[in-house]
Amino acid sequence: MQQATEQSTGRTIAVAIWRGGADGDYQTFEVPLGANQTVLDVVTYVQRHLDPTLSYRFACRVGVCGSCAMTVNGRPRWTCRTHVSKVVENGRLEIAPLANLPVIKDLATDMSRFFEKWQAAKGVFAPSATRGEPIAAISPATPERRIVDAAIECINCGVCFAACDTVRWNEDYLGPAALNRAWTLVNDVRDAGNGERLYAVSRDGGCHACHTHQSCERHCPVGLNPTASIAGLKRRTMAAYIRGEVT
Amino acid sequence: MNVHLYVLQRLTAALMAPLVLVHLVVILYATRNGVSAAEILGRTRGSLVWGLFYALFVAAAAVHGSIGLRAILREWGPRSLAASPRGLDFAMYAFGAVLLALGLRAVASVVL
Amino acid sequence: MAAPRTTGYRRDALWLAAMVHRVSGLLLACFLPVHFLVLGLAIESEARLDGFLRWTDRPLVKLAEAVLVALLAVHLAGGLRLLLIENLSWRGGQKRMAAAALLAAVVAGLLFLAVTALP
Repeated sequence: MQQATEQSTGRTIAVAIWRGGADGDYQTFEVPLGANQTVLDVVTYVQRHLDPTLSYRFACRVGVCGSCAMTVNGRPRWTCRTHVSKVVENGRLEIAPLANLPVIKDLATDMSRFFEKWQAAKGVFAPSATRGEPIAAISPATPERRIVDAAIECINCGVCFAACDTVRWNEDYLGPAALNRAWTLVNDVRDAGNGERLYAVSRDGGCHACHTHQSCERHCPVGLNPTASIAGLKRRTMAAYIRGEVT
Repeated sequence: MNVHLYVLQRLTAALMAPLVLVHLVVILYATRNGVSAAEILGRTRGSLVWGLFYALFVAAAAVHGSIGLRAILREWGPRSLAASPRGLDFAMYAFGAVLLALGLRAVASVVL
Repeated sequence: MAAPRTTGYRRDALWLAAMVHRVSGLLLACFLPVHFLVLGLAIESEARLDGFLRWTDRPLVKLAEAVLVALLAVHLAGGLRLLLIENLSWRGGQKRMAAAALLAAVVAGLLFLAVTALP
């Protein structure tokens, strides 16, 4: 079944796709090059027309869910938002699963580790009021809310996590996404969990393990800056440390 | 890296920024016309100022460098060492002690 | 054994800046004990230290010393960039700052060579 809007250019590209688990290998397919084609279109084409055993994830196809994140020519990206024309090199594409996560099969990874670190960083809202009290009126213009809003749009796609060499080299490191979320909660005036949270990000593998490679900032598809968030956590934890609140 | 090591490392870094600048100027000033032991020692022998300056520099460098080394061993070192917090701490303290001992000896040798 | 290729970000300027910072620090840390031992020669005698310093008059050694001076300068400048990121609110221009750090290192190394080579 042809995709209704696909305009074929008459050319093909060679697409090397990772198959198997951690000890698998690349398998190369010839895929027709289409106009306005995305890398997700390419993976979908392979699975539908060439090899139905190819495993991969996607959901929205329009850049709002983050499910289709994979490694494309060495960099983690949303494949639904990556145009083939922008990344193809000498008529070749290389597609692999996201780094720093166990590979389940082919292009699908096990993201448990990513979410466990999210929890370990206390990236969870701790309420300070009950449903019986009036809803907190948070103006978007307050300094704290501006800080939160700049970092809140994270959809847990795992791209920053996959781009981070400190995640790769230090298995205790909580990672950019978890720490970025912790930073938004640290600045949420309704949250009551900062005692535990600042402690959680001050231990081994916390925010201080970040070496400012800035790969997270470079690759975030939503344009977030976890490096800046982590720097904010460093400032807050240092102040807390000096006051004797984190040991 | 945790908050304690981080604070120590950044504080010694900030402390050393002006010390390094002075040291770089000293190097450039001293090496014009070639550097000789007589010229160096002529300025450092009996100098409380240079003694304190370099003793402080040595202490800060020993702390800063040993913590930096620990981070590198944690991330790039052999698996068995990287996975052992005690091993990493030992390497850090050992290297720091070596730098401190050799450094203070060097300061003493040119000041006293 | 094949493995997925996933490190394309290691070409990025700011990643390279972080590696320059780390490697310069490591090299300086390795150099320090040697530096301290050399200065400690003065304990034996001024002549002993002077003998060693004569050895360092060779061009190749002077070049190595210039590299050390450059390493110190780049580590300082890169470190200042990090201290700014970590202690002040975020600012753009990181790539420019990293490039300036590299420039400072080259200038420092060249200045050293100039000072030693042209009395």
